[in-house]
Amino acid sequence: MLKFVSLLLALSCCQGLHHNNIDDYVEAEPVFQASKYGSLWPLPQKVQISEVSFKLSSASFRIVDAKASSAGPSCSLLQSAYRRYYEYMFGSAKKQWGSKNNRRSDPSDLTELQVWITSPDSECDGYPSVTSDESCEYLLFLVHVMFYRSLETFSQLVSEDEYGAKSINATIINDFPRFQHRGILLDSSRHFLPIKVILSNLETMAMNKINVFHWHIVDEQSFPYLSRTFPQLSEQGAYHPYTHVYTPADVKMVIEFARLRGIRVVPEFDTPGHTQSWGKGQKDLLTPCYSGSKPSGSFGPVNPILNTTYDFMAKFFTEISTVFPDGYIHLGGDEVDFTCWKSNPDIQKFMEQQHFGEDYSKLESFYIQKLLDIVASTKKGYLVWQEVFDNGVKLKPDTVVHVWIGGRSDKEMSNVTAAGYTTILSAPWYLDYISYGQDWQKYYKVEPLNFEGTDEQKKLVIGGEACLWGEYVDATNLTPRLWPRASAVAERLWSAKNVTDIDDAFNRLSLHRCRMVERGIPAEPLFSSYCLHEYKGV
Amino acid sequence: MSVVTSGRYTFPNYNLVFFIFLQLGLHSVEGVWPLPQSITSSPERYPLNPQAFYFTYGSQSAAQEGCSVLDEAFKRYFSLIFPDYSSGYGFLRFSVDKPFTVQVSVGRNDCDSYPDEDSSEQYTLSVSAGQAYLKAETVWGALRGLETFSQLVYQEDFGSYYVNKTEIEDFPRFQFRGILLDTSRHYLPVQAILKTLDAMAFSKFNVFHWHIVDDPSFPYQSRTFPDLSAKGAFHPMTHIYTQLDVRRVISYARMRGIRVLPEFDSPGHTQSWGKGQSDLLTPCYSGSTPSGTFGPVNPILPSTYKFMATLFKEVSSVFPDSYIHLGGDEVNFSCWKSNPDVRAFMLKMGFGADFTKLEAYYMENIVNLTAALNRTSIVWQDVFDYHERIPKDTVLHIWKGVPASYEAELRAITKAGYRVLLAAPWYINHISYGQDWRNYYTVQPLNFSGTEEQKKLVIGGEVCMWGEYVDATNLTPRLWPRASAAAERLWSDEKQTSDVDKAFPRLKDFRCELLRYFSFSDNAHGIPITHHRTLFYEVCLTYTDASVSLRLQAGYPGRASLCRTLQTRVPRCLIITDHVTFLSI
Repeated sequence: MLKFVSLLLALSCCQGLHHNNIDDYVEAEPVFQASKYGSLWPLPQKVQISEVSFKLSSASFRIVDAKASSAGPSCSLLQSAYRRYYEYMFGSAKKQWGSKNNRRSDPSDLTELQVWITSPDSECDGYPSVTSDESCEYLLFLVHVMFYRSLETFSQLVSEDEYGAKSINATIINDFPRFQHRGILLDSSRHFLPIKVILSNLETMAMNKINVFHWHIVDEQSFPYLSRTFPQLSEQGAYHPYTHVYTPADVKMVIEFARLRGIRVVPEFDTPGHTQSWGKGQKDLLTPCYSGSKPSGSFGPVNPILNTTYDFMAKFFTEISTVFPDGYIHLGGDEVDFTCWKSNPDIQKFMEQQHFGEDYSKLESFYIQKLLDIVASTKKGYLVWQEVFDNGVKLKPDTVVHVWIGGRSDKEMSNVTAAGYTTILSAPWYLDYISYGQDWQKYYKVEPLNFEGTDEQKKLVIGGEACLWGEYVDATNLTPRLWPRASAVAERLWSAKNVTDIDDAFNRLSLHRCRMVERGIPAEPLFSSYCLHEYKGV
Repeated sequence: MSVVTSGRYTFPNYNLVFFIFLQLGLHSVEGVWPLPQSITSSPERYPLNPQAFYFTYGSQSAAQEGCSVLDEAFKRYFSLIFPDYSSGYGFLRFSVDKPFTVQVSVGRNDCDSYPDEDSSEQYTLSVSAGQAYLKAETVWGALRGLETFSQLVYQEDFGSYYVNKTEIEDFPRFQFRGILLDTSRHYLPVQAILKTLDAMAFSKFNVFHWHIVDDPSFPYQSRTFPDLSAKGAFHPMTHIYTQLDVRRVISYARMRGIRVLPEFDSPGHTQSWGKGQSDLLTPCYSGSTPSGTFGPVNPILPSTYKFMATLFKEVSSVFPDSYIHLGGDEVNFSCWKSNPDVRAFMLKMGFGADFTKLEAYYMENIVNLTAALNRTSIVWQDVFDYHERIPKDTVLHIWKGVPASYEAELRAITKAGYRVLLAAPWYINHISYGQDWRNYYTVQPLNFSGTEEQKKLVIGGEVCMWGEYVDATNLTPRLWPRASAAAERLWSDEKQTSDVDKAFPRLKDFRCELLRYFSFSDNAHGIPITHHRTLFYEVCLTYTDASVSLRLQAGYPGRASLCRTLQTRVPRCLIITDHVTFLSI
């Protein structure tokens, strides 16, 4: 239980530093005005900001564990977060005049942030899980994961005036996320993403209180995951066997980096479709397609009729379940093209034996069913794309169905939850689709629970994900394309349902994006304007 | 013959026992982007050794050693051609190859001048054993030829560089091939501008249209009117271009054969001007009282023209180009209409209620001001649309509409005898999902009905990157390689480059070259993008590191086979994993 925030400290005097970094000139369209919530993003559930303002000085300010906190100096996760947020707030601490030799603090200084983890188990060495409590109340909170969230919030309250002086207003915040699952999907198959890009993205996710990294790690185009059990998968299936792979050490690093920021890493190994790259390193895994009575030389989805397929999958997913500590694995199951299966005489025969008739979705279900049993035996839960549900595969009750097909996704949400499955929503948040103008507003206006269903059904919606598919995205353009557009999704998934004021959102998001830029993240602009500190990484 | 010793710079010859193994696959001369007018090459190829590679001036060349533009270019292209070598790694050679010399001859010594509207960029390049001859009329043509030569060089196994026997005759289809950057809607740090100039040179663009000020901000720091940026910039210290900055941009551009065309757009798009210059903008009225807001520049006051004359005098002394862009687009008349003094002036001048006449009156005055400064004016098409009485040597800039409408505009403007510049199909700030470069590629700038004479009046085209949604965070990936599509349209022969599918693989390769060229600085969150040429080096280097033994455990073969594998399996375009990361695991 994270109790955070006793930002008490003595002070009596208060100078309400009041400022607005944005120029008063405004172009016709979006009119920037300072929000009463400053630059907070996503907006906390309850905020009261008073006029009383305290100064913060890099020389005297400290983040410390509260006496009663269950986490102490040995909690390295917290300690490294303290340092990170100290640096965010004070930058590379440009020398402040007079602060060098003078560490005494003014009475109006805020000198300490106490962090109180209130649950008996601080979870310092654990992994965030789907049940981790991220809520955080003033003086009484739960679980540590939220801890980051609160530190992030705290750092967002700090503001800087034109002389670089930092201050913070007396504030009471009571916060918790609206949805548990707030994810970003990155696709490292269509283009390889260097580890550094992934890490910097995790950093940015933390700034936006996003807590799930959905790693769509392999697909048709390439297989960059270096498997210990089947190293030939990446040797043959990656774009390049040494430079364009994720080694076990790389994966470990991503997972640990994410853990330190309270982010889960959910890997996706999509089958039986989307698997061309698997076939290069694993003979007989894919279905040989036929033209007429002869194999055409090309291959289709995973071959569902061979025992070797399931032996392979069992070994493979055993490895995955040990490499990735999260309780869930994403098994894909989308967009299976039946033409190759149809062309193959062995498959036709098998269809007959199984009395599937001409219904190849039954064959797909047959495969998925066996796969789910395999994965269930590794004690992992799973997520699947919506087709698996649509095709009537028998799912474990704790399966998460991932809704991605646009158009009538509300109908789908309604059906999935009516059947009693938990679900996450991505359909309105395909961020790889770009268009001119402020499309973040479109993502912001989505209401995930806007479908027909009972309250019980709505409770089954555990969150959503912004997806950045990789056809047109690699290290050169990923970050500015994703941020701050994904920030719109972040607020929708974190903040209260009634936080829908688009103008207020614009005002806060403008500042939030400048904050990301100042922290070194090339997040693109919302509209004509400027940041006090422009992006320096040119 | 005087030898410029780029090849002799003594790089430390590290005793690295590592070699670079890679194969680019089939190298094709079609790798040159934009496609030269005429190119023939043979499979015969010659190895290039950085230690025995020289740029020299031909004995007949009008420019000789000491020619700043070419001396600098030799250094620059040496590094671009041999990225591993110049990045300080150096490598061991078995034997000293025969030297290879690129001999450059130009017909005119214009080393200290600026490229201008009629500068020739034609060149011929002939590559044969041990020698390449590059001939051009001007140093600007020589720069284009050097770019082409650098694109002809490729690298193969054991790190060797090669160039094939090749003959090229080349010249641009259009004289004006520009890129517009907008530094008013967002401020672009000078570094971002310089990087864009580099990339422009790679695609043979030759005009940087600097849309330097506009409604949102006035970042140009004027010597004569410092208040304009002090009050009109987003920030008076950090978000301005000082005189030094501007000079730096101009000289950086000159070294790359790029003109810098400044735009000071008026009478509309001037909100930011009003902050630092009182009485410049028209006070708007609501009813009979001033509303407190301001409209376009006030065209009825003599003080306006006095101010403009002084400002443009400064501009013409700061920017050496013979063109100045005067804007003149999108003037909103409602404020003028509301102002009783403006209405009285209209009456006096006999303009009736036609405010386009007032705008024309204003523009005519401004164009005359710049004419007096010996500068050619460029104005947006609006000026032509409203009023045809403009000096004949004015250039019109088309920015509006779908093909049918800009083709009609091309026809009308050229029929009236004006020179014209086409930007309408290349508003590259408009983004959409997918390969929109194809739209930019398939534009046909001369596809309008008109005489040969009319077509000759089309001096070129321009890619516009307006700044509403663009700043330093996303400028580069949004601009490249999409702008390169327009570059080929404006440089190359249209018949030879009409097949967009054929262009696709070439553009893909060219993009990878761009990644190499942009030696992306590795800052805190920057993205290290390195070309394969150095990449493999690092792979082999780190092989002895503890971190790599990790990789061995993961089932990698031994060193020898590693390198051999690389030799056989290397895609053309690689983005390196952060090698620092992988060293430190």
